[in-house]
Amino acid sequence: MLRIENLHASVETGSIESGGGAREILKGLTLSVGAGEVHAIMGPNGAGKSTLSYVLAGRAGYTVTSGSVTFQGQDLLALEPHARAAAGVFLGLQYPVEIPGVSNLMFLRTALNAQRSQRGEKDASGAEFMKLAKAAAEALGLPYEMLKRSVNQGFSGGEKKRNEMVQMAVLEPILAVLDETDSGLDIDALRVVADGINRMRSPARATLLITHYQRLLDYVVPDFVHVLVDGRIVRTGGPELAHVLEADGYVSIAA
Amino acid sequence: MNALPSRKAEDWRYSDIAAVARAWPVAVERIDVAAGTSARRMIVQDAGPGSATIRQFEIVVGVGGELNMVIITSGGDYGRVALDVTLYAGARFEMGGVIVAGETQVQEIVTTVRHAGPGATSRQTVRAVAGGTATATYLGKVAVARAGQQTDAGQSFKALLLTRGATANAKPELEIFADDVKCAHGATVGELDANALFYLQSRGVPPAAARALLMRAFLSDALAGIADDDEREAAEARVTALLA
Repeated sequence: MLRIENLHASVETGSIESGGGAREILKGLTLSVGAGEVHAIMGPNGAGKSTLSYVLAGRAGYTVTSGSVTFQGQDLLALEPHARAAAGVFLGLQYPVEIPGVSNLMFLRTALNAQRSQRGEKDASGAEFMKLAKAAAEALGLPYEMLKRSVNQGFSGGEKKRNEMVQMAVLEPILAVLDETDSGLDIDALRVVADGINRMRSPARATLLITHYQRLLDYVVPDFVHVLVDGRIVRTGGPELAHVLEADGYVSIAA
Repeated sequence: MNALPSRKAEDWRYSDIAAVARAWPVAVERIDVAAGTSARRMIVQDAGPGSATIRQFEIVVGVGGELNMVIITSGGDYGRVALDVTLYAGARFEMGGVIVAGETQVQEIVTTVRHAGPGATSRQTVRAVAGGTATATYLGKVAVARAGQQTDAGQSFKALLLTRGATANAKPELEIFADDVKCAHGATVGELDANALFYLQSRGVPPAAARALLMRAFLSDALAGIADDDEREAAEARVTALLA
């Protein structure tokens, strides 16, 4: 489903005072994700985990200098961000953005119908959309009333992450890339979010879980665990690898 | 209104004077809201391409009267909607203003609100979006007479600049002769939130639609004060059409 080959990517390093330019973050990352699989990517701070997620979603400021990403047979990197979403890629953000003046419902309906129209499908009717949104909100323990408020505005950290999962449930992506969806969650919220991820598991879909800690992987058991250090995958194993990391840390692996 | 204004006049310093000359002279329009009554007005300045339009209003709101106004200015090379409002005791004046300017357009909203009697309330909420090398200007003056005790006046202006060449001008002006008044004002100029744009795109919304959605949300602040649902929706639809 997803094939990342020898990916090199750099990030623009903002200010002119600091010399500007670009810093290479991904340094030859190779990864293959099959349909139906859940892959966890773990690694220390600064290893390139978030960069990988942004590169897959096509965020401005992240430049692929070499390598390739193929998603369902097509060159993912050739697509604009919105076209990647329509093709079935979903990025769960580590820090979901607040958008004053745009309700969650408006946001989600606009997104759903934008994806559908790009795929040549019919728009969701008001009633169909409402049903989808209500079911998703209920399943993820987010009061439906909150969806009438501005996107993520006044939401707690946990509510923002639940909201990401509500969006995922409504948009039904083929590949979910979840960037530290577990960060900032208490144990109850973690369970709800894990349920949300598990509910999306199916032979036709895949998930890339990017995480710091093994905690989430107790609830969403991955098929593969990869260790990302300094822009490369240095080790791959089964779920047990996460426990080794938790016990020994990344330093022993990287050495 | 007689002599053609020059750029030296404070109220016209950001104007397109050549276009002003084309619109001159200006016939002043009057709105009188009788004591104890309420009125609503929507002024839409959507004149065709190449035009120059100035609408100048003299407004009086009598004792305990109420006026709700919405101004949307977007049309022509040059557009200006100017109000001179006098409020008597306990009167209420609520105004939402929307400016949408692109290419080389100059669009202005200018208000003078005079609190002539005690206990009057006034609110102006103006939101502007400017692209190209356009200029969006809001000049807002609040004048409180000696008799205007317990005045409650508030003014908010925010502008979004879509390009480096676009300009927004804001000038709040207070002239207060009473000592027990509340006059608040605030102005900000910014650009579209890149994080919000990426968020929308990452969910499948194409860039142009994402920008339009964010602009509409931004401008809708100025329409939030419209109490009547149908009227507010009509105003929102107008603004949405401007951004399409």
